[in-house]
Amino acid sequence: MKTPPLLEVQNLHKSYNNVEVLGGVDFTVQRGQVKALLGPSGSGKSTILRMISLLEPCDSGTILLDGEQIGVIGGRVDVRPAPERILARQRTAIGMVFQKFNLFPHLDATRNVMSGLTTVLKVPKKEAREQALEMLDRVGLAARAHAYPSELSGGQQQRVAIARALVMKPKLMLFDEPTSALDPELVREVLDVMEKLASDGMTMVVVTHEMRFARSVASEVALFDSGQIVEQAPPDRFFDAPEHERTRRFLAHMH
Amino acid sequence: MEFDSTIFFDQLLSEAYVRGALLSLGLAVASQAGAVVIGFGLALGKSSKFAAVRSVCTGYIWFFRAIPALLLLLLMWNGLPQLSPVFQREWYSPFLAAFIGLALAEGAFMAEIIRSALMRVDDGQQLAARALGMTRTQVLFKVVLPQATRVALPPTGNEFIGMVKYTSLASVISLQELLTTAQMGVAVTFRYAEYYAAATVYYLVIVSVLMLLQNRIERRFTWTSTPTKRRFPALSRPQTPEKVPA
Repeated sequence: MKTPPLLEVQNLHKSYNNVEVLGGVDFTVQRGQVKALLGPSGSGKSTILRMISLLEPCDSGTILLDGEQIGVIGGRVDVRPAPERILARQRTAIGMVFQKFNLFPHLDATRNVMSGLTTVLKVPKKEAREQALEMLDRVGLAARAHAYPSELSGGQQQRVAIARALVMKPKLMLFDEPTSALDPELVREVLDVMEKLASDGMTMVVVTHEMRFARSVASEVALFDSGQIVEQAPPDRFFDAPEHERTRRFLAHMH
Repeated sequence: MEFDSTIFFDQLLSEAYVRGALLSLGLAVASQAGAVVIGFGLALGKSSKFAAVRSVCTGYIWFFRAIPALLLLLLMWNGLPQLSPVFQREWYSPFLAAFIGLALAEGAFMAEIIRSALMRVDDGQQLAARALGMTRTQVLFKVVLPQATRVALPPTGNEFIGMVKYTSLASVISLQELLTTAQMGVAVTFRYAEYYAAATVYYLVIVSVLMLLQNRIERRFTWTSTPTKRRFPALSRPQTPEKVPA
């Protein structure tokens, strides 16, 4: 029996004030794959992460995680948007990392990482603390476990944010331009963590402008433009022999 | 007539003044606490998705900001019992009337303070919290409120000190707080300077203690591993790397 793809997005539409941001997007991500989404700003690539992470509802289309439709309740006939309570539970299976880290400034690194465990999963404090410290160690920040976000560099903050998402043991990790807000010399440490994560077999969708990262880590690269996927291909073909003129123009700009 | 320090110190250390001061402080604490609760409810109500809830809250704030606190206390103590016999009973004390009146009035002001504090919390905070799977209520109490509290603390401290002084208005409804204590002494002895000076000292002491307390609480909200006093960013030398590069 064939296992379903871990993530399957079908015909996703989204408009804001009658302006179409996503115009029927389809793509799949297989288990353990890393999908890099490229594209000019305003092309809808960040919007699609908001839809997949269930932070915003889509207008139409379906999102299947591990073969099950998320974001909705009901059977095949009467499908309705799920209430916030259900969405909150479904979100725990999806880790999200933001461009601006969004760490909780009133909690130190450890308690940032613990927050989802204790508040959402109701893990006892002591156990949550152990898991959080373990996770901080994994992103190389064991020594900074008691630092507050304001005492960490951007790169360190983003690594804490990754740990905070990872500790929930998500099936899927989403990254929304995780290095765009960083000083150039801090980008590498975050990409290193992400690369390690990918080689450990985590399924990831990464919106990024880091071409080298996309080429070396992604299993498949997709180009977004005007709310649609223009081209998607394995990185070798995408970068070296793109089929579409739009892709060639985009790549010419980036290099 | 010279200032008679014996009378002054006698009164300063008298039981009546201590009791008056405690009553003033107690009323201020209770009323301010009530106002924070009312203000929080109003602040949430003003951002409700239901238009009716929003207009009720706006109406409340409009009404209680407009009425002088003194008039409100007179209404509470003299007006209400005329309207309903419930308020003629023994349980309806001047303290209770003053507490309700001051909390209602101050609630309208706290609402604006709390609302603006809630709005100051970065939108990314609720996104990150929801992405972790927190419900709306959890987001509010675990993530948004602690951060809003920090913003609301200085203006709330200000309001609290104002409240201590507003409790003196309760002298018109025969509550034996600090000012009433002084007034009653004056009425018999006509030693205005000594009796009022004693009351002044108590107000100074109460407000000083509150300022110290506020300072300590604000220090707990610095969110660094070594608590230090928060300064204006422009006045302090940068110690840590910039939080979020633009």
